[in-house]
Amino acid sequence: MTITVNGEPRQAVLGRTLQDLLNELDVDQETVVVERNREILNHPRFADTPLQEGDVLEIVRFIGGG
Amino acid sequence: MTLSAEQLQRYARQLKLPEVGDAGQNQLAMSSVLLIGTGGLGSAAALYLAAAGVGRLGLTDADSVDLSNLQRQILHFTPDLHKPKTQSAREKINSLNPDVRVETYQERLDAGNLPGLLTQYDFIIDATDNFITKFLISDECVRAGKPFSHAGVTGWEGQTFTYLPDGRCGCYRCLFAAPPPPEKIPDQAAAGILGAVAGTLGTLQATEALKYLLGLDGLLTNRLLVYQARRLKWREIRFQPAPDCPVCREKMLKKS
Repeated sequence: MTITVNGEPRQAVLGRTLQDLLNELDVDQETVVVERNREILNHPRFADTPLQEGDVLEIVRFIGGG
Repeated sequence: MTLSAEQLQRYARQLKLPEVGDAGQNQLAMSSVLLIGTGGLGSAAALYLAAAGVGRLGLTDADSVDLSNLQRQILHFTPDLHKPKTQSAREKINSLNPDVRVETYQERLDAGNLPGLLTQYDFIIDATDNFITKFLISDECVRAGKPFSHAGVTGWEGQTFTYLPDGRCGCYRCLFAAPPPPEKIPDQAAAGILGAVAGTLGTLQATEALKYLLGLDGLLTNRLLVYQARRLKWREIRFQPAPDCPVCREKMLKKS
């Protein structure tokens, strides 16, 4: 199935979760939030959020410098 | 208040803008902005706000100017080394625009002294360099009903959004819930930062403050703007007030 991650199309396997995707992208879960289809998800929810066909995901890093 | 001949000339280019004009310029002169931090973000923001003629600028910073600051903190010059940043900033702003009254606070902010400071200003700019203070500023601005501009920068990247206390805007906690574990995020000394990236974000913060003070719409609310300078990309992350944000919920309960 096809999903969109940060504006780029990407193939994903049915049954995988958001946590799996972040692991695949080598992104530390605790350093990001994810906007999924216009909803903001924090890291405690990544493991129980299955990826679905057509998902539009934006991965947003914590940025704290000034 | 009538603008002097000198002011008409100083502000000529922005007086031309229909959104500013004489009335807007007077509005700016009667307005105030608190800049929390005079580093990379705060330097750019403060200079543009001062140049635009915002009547009163509050500057908070507990640090002194260090040689490693000068690559990005454009309010501070080489002869300012070891000077308190608030003093260095005051001198530049006075020299740029004597119309601006500068108030300085050379102290660290906490939940004790921040609320009292917020009440004295119309708009707040979070130009700090750490998550603890960023969450504190967001929380206290929501509680005090103050509009603020958030920004953060690292490496080639920056983020910003604006909060208005109209009951319809998400805050920093609505988006990020809680600070990340400190050991997971490298600090700026370790991660590095391009000065111009901080300047871009600080300039956006000043623009948002000016729009707010002029009573304009189209502010960056419920949208996190993410700037990736290396490949020059802008992204927008939409968010809403979070039903489970404890600070917004506490504010709602107080209102009703």
